[in-house]
Amino acid sequence: MSESLNNQDLLGKQAVLAGLPDHPAVKAILAWNPEALTDAKFAFAELTLTVAASHIRGAAETVQAAGYNFFEDMTAVDWHPASPRFQLSYHILSHALKERIRLVAMVDGSEPLIDSITPIWPSANYYEREVFDLFGIRFEGHPNLRRIMLPEEWTGHPLRKDYPVEGYR
Amino acid sequence: MTETISTPILEAPIAEGAHDQHMVLNMGPQHPATHGVLRLVLEVDGEIVVRLYPEIGYLHTGIEKTCEAKFYQQVVPMTDRVNYLDPLSNNLCYALAVEKLLGMEIPEKGQWLRVLLAELSRLNSHLIWLGTHAMDIGALTVFLYTFREREDILRLFEALAGQRMMTSYIRIGGVSMDPPLDFLARVQSFIRTLPEKIDEYSNLLTGNPIFRNRLKDVGYLSAADAIALGVTGPPLRASGVDIDLRRDMPYSSYEKFQFHVPTSTGCDCWARYEVRLIEMRESIKIIQQALDGMPEGSYSAVAPKIILPDREKMKTQMESLIHHFKIVTEGFAVPAGEVYQGIEAGHGQTGYYVVSDGTAKPYRVHMRYPSFATLQALETMCKGRMLADVVAVIGSIDIVLGEIDR
Repeated sequence: MSESLNNQDLLGKQAVLAGLPDHPAVKAILAWNPEALTDAKFAFAELTLTVAASHIRGAAETVQAAGYNFFEDMTAVDWHPASPRFQLSYHILSHALKERIRLVAMVDGSEPLIDSITPIWPSANYYEREVFDLFGIRFEGHPNLRRIMLPEEWTGHPLRKDYPVEGYR
Repeated sequence: MTETISTPILEAPIAEGAHDQHMVLNMGPQHPATHGVLRLVLEVDGEIVVRLYPEIGYLHTGIEKTCEAKFYQQVVPMTDRVNYLDPLSNNLCYALAVEKLLGMEIPEKGQWLRVLLAELSRLNSHLIWLGTHAMDIGALTVFLYTFREREDILRLFEALAGQRMMTSYIRIGGVSMDPPLDFLARVQSFIRTLPEKIDEYSNLLTGNPIFRNRLKDVGYLSAADAIALGVTGPPLRASGVDIDLRRDMPYSSYEKFQFHVPTSTGCDCWARYEVRLIEMRESIKIIQQALDGMPEGSYSAVAPKIILPDREKMKTQMESLIHHFKIVTEGFAVPAGEVYQGIEAGHGQTGYYVVSDGTAKPYRVHMRYPSFATLQALETMCKGRMLADVVAVIGSIDIVLGEIDR
């Protein structure tokens, strides 16, 4: 796999499609739904595929079928006050290809909501609960969406950028 | 495919349609066998576990939020405190992530030192696992033996970094200073005797019928379940999945070392015990190779605006003093971008996801720690088994609550 990848950064969907046409994840996503892929980049030797938030579960299923079998990590980044506000980053590892990809979905700041991928990778359970707890993003279809780190009665979501480091006073 | 915990036992204390003899039992957060402040709520039918629900967050300190308020170099000491049993792996993973953003090359000696230390740190972590795991099951003696060797490792760390546990020795750009002159010789004499000591532990445990019966066929986790539940590291390899990031996605010159990645198809606590014991022996081999081939040269990259100058130079040279002042007061800007760096730490795959917005403070630092995901597999491993097996299973997956709660 590594032969076809090079150290040149590829920024933007067109550049990635032209530069990495044979990448298994890119191929699988294009075969599934080319419209779902909104952006892509290849930087720091890492491939990032941005999909529309409404398609995240389908994209996860697609890359899983393409050999990216291990859900490794998932978290959010708050780009407050930009819009859309939240970036969700999923890191998926392939045991067979020895390679990792990043799926990204952007969600809006007001009542952020996205489909849960726990039905596809049960290991996403705790990760989605953590993002719900610390960022306040809801996951549709999660079996047990409740705070995981903080007490149930906590106010606010500490990892949001408008939450002060010292907490509300 | 398995399912994860969906109903907290506190809300529905007894599963619907259950026999009226079911009982809800609370274990922890102050329980010696939970290796920290983990709380398990168990529904039991006599001595059989019907449901198990872990409650975590008792150690949550918001480290990820704190990192956003620090300069890049100030995050290094934070990483020690996440997994306090394997501190140098944390340092290494964070440093590799930031160096990837900076596009920095580390001299060979720095890389080899990092490998040597990461393996010492893994030994440290595995020694604690073995001691506490055996103690949970009732073999108290082994604990004294493994902590004797762990003490040797801590003394080495102290000689190296001035600190026994919170070393912060691996920094962005290399390591913090040259090791003391006799350091490599001390490591050599330590690992010369270690294989015999591992034989000693093995003599105490492997043939012991009580230990064997407590671990054999306990905590079964199939390969498919392990992958679905996000299990990594020794428990994953003990379920027969042959993946080790040191070999498969090498970092910090691991590709130059020869070692064997042990796997087992036992899928039980015994398999995890065997895999970790072999891993300790393999770590010794890696350390021996690092000692034999330790390259000459500098231990850190040449980047005066990023790496703190030598103390002596700082006191005698104007330029170094300026660099020192600038780094301490303003930090250094890191190009915008996002990177994910994964490494194979003692407990499994650790990963740091660092997002930079081009300033001197990280915009977001996310830490992926193996115990957090591995804990999700606990219910699958304990369901339908005896209550006493829960203790053996917790010991065998080797969790650290500091890295679960962060």
